[in-house]
Amino acid sequence: MAYPDDLRYSKEHEWVRADDTRATIGITSFAADELGDIVFVELPEVGTALKQFQTFGVVESVKAVSDLYSPLSGEVVEVNEALREGPELLNSDPFGEGWIAKIELSDAAELDTLMDAAAYAEETA
Amino acid sequence: MTYSPHTEADRVLMLDAVGVESVDDLFADIPATVRAGAWDVPPPLAEQEVRAELARLAGRNRIPEVSFLGAGAYRHLIPSVVGEVIGRSEFATAYTPYQPEVSQGTLQSIYEFQSLICELTGMEVATASHYDGATATAEAALMACRLTRRSRVAVSAGVSPDYRRVLQTYCSGPGIEVVTVPVDLAEGGDGTTDPSAVESLDEVACFIAAQPNFYGQLEPMRDLADAAHAAGAQFVAVVEPTSLALLEAPGKYGADIVAAEGQPLGIPVSFGGPYVGLMAARMASVRQMPGRLVGATRDEQGRKGYVLTLQAREQHIRREKAASNICTNQALMALAATAYLAAVGPTGLREVAELSATQARHLAGALGSAGLAERRFGGTYLNEVALRVPDAARRHAALAERGIVAGHLLERDEPALRDTLLLAATELTTDDDIARLVGALEETR
Repeated sequence: MAYPDDLRYSKEHEWVRADDTRATIGITSFAADELGDIVFVELPEVGTALKQFQTFGVVESVKAVSDLYSPLSGEVVEVNEALREGPELLNSDPFGEGWIAKIELSDAAELDTLMDAAAYAEETA
Repeated sequence: MTYSPHTEADRVLMLDAVGVESVDDLFADIPATVRAGAWDVPPPLAEQEVRAELARLAGRNRIPEVSFLGAGAYRHLIPSVVGEVIGRSEFATAYTPYQPEVSQGTLQSIYEFQSLICELTGMEVATASHYDGATATAEAALMACRLTRRSRVAVSAGVSPDYRRVLQTYCSGPGIEVVTVPVDLAEGGDGTTDPSAVESLDEVACFIAAQPNFYGQLEPMRDLADAAHAAGAQFVAVVEPTSLALLEAPGKYGADIVAAEGQPLGIPVSFGGPYVGLMAARMASVRQMPGRLVGATRDEQGRKGYVLTLQAREQHIRREKAASNICTNQALMALAATAYLAAVGPTGLREVAELSATQARHLAGALGSAGLAERRFGGTYLNEVALRVPDAARRHAALAERGIVAGHLLERDEPALRDTLLLAATELTTDDDIARLVGALEETR
């Protein structure tokens, strides 16, 4: 499977679209497919300070519940409110409409600890 | 006769396999000082002898002829149909029916229980039940902490002292601070919680108040709910279910979570239970509710069916992150409550509540006009009333000797309430019972 080249990926199957100061976070298509139909997303609160790989929310599908792990450290500045009523966006458009949260980065160097698309494709192969 | 399933040969084989000489060697790491010594138990008895001994012990029980004891558990008439229904072998399990294909009857009964509790409380969703009112209250507090992501809870001193002790125990593990908001116990006070003391609470997940409160007084629930919400907290209402036939439903005055002891609904008063805890909440909070939930659905062929639903909250799926790892349902007692509510119906429940309140007024009036007692608080009460009775402790004990339990001696819980009896009435409290109490208090003046 191919993954968008402009994103970075974590072992916990989150993706990051980052510039120097801000990052958008979501779960990968691989994670969404593995979970099956997602029925509920527990979003973090805006203002929450996160450490890299700390849990910041929950996704619940018809067959499992999984924690969300923040791929980077920073403060939550926005959450995707559309997921409260439309959690299925995580299945239908995980890299787009199904984004989960935006964070203000506290350490952009952490980006280097994440995988690129090719490495993630290998990881999930 | 030994009940051990293993023969001596089995034991030798197992001991050889693990490489020790004797079973005692397996306990070698436990210091001798903390090991149980020789058991000093009497020799075995025949069944007939055991029966005789148990009958002798049971004979020492003092069953009161008349009781005005409430304080959280209430003696009501239990229609025979309740025992008949819960005695049916199809229902004779308290275990959770995970397999819907073999458990439709049990699941339907739990679904109906949940529906009845929603109707009674005016809430949107109710759980399949909990151990008892105290644990349901504590679970409600933990739920509020999850909902608000706060780690401090506030509770009115008008909530039963037993419930508050259980709450403290539940909160001690996860490190949740419990703040107590006093009730007005001053002479001439109304024995309720001051909403302005709630409004100023800082960073609390919830405020818990009881209706009626432990002293029998009716709390200003709507004002307390508003005050809790002003503090950004969930409002947890601990209610007595029979009273809901007369009082406003918690869902109407802004309760976010309702917890209750379900014993008054068809379950006999009994030391140690089993009782049943009720919990209801708003649908928006359902994923943080603890314990089992039964939902209605349709099968492949469009037929109505029942299943355990939203199980992703629960410990068999979420393990240590489950909404609760310390609860289960009380299916048999929930079934008793369901059968009871179905038997008495809305009109019957209202009659029970009205008659209980009427007899409580008759009780307070009879004691008052005989000059034996006066109300300790102003305000309003329902089926239970706190009365000032001079020399209460001595007379409470003297009446017990005569087969009369003169309610609950409040100074046992609250030193400020010396010489105060908490007396409950229900539809089973007769005018004769009240006359006996008046007579006995006269004689012990």
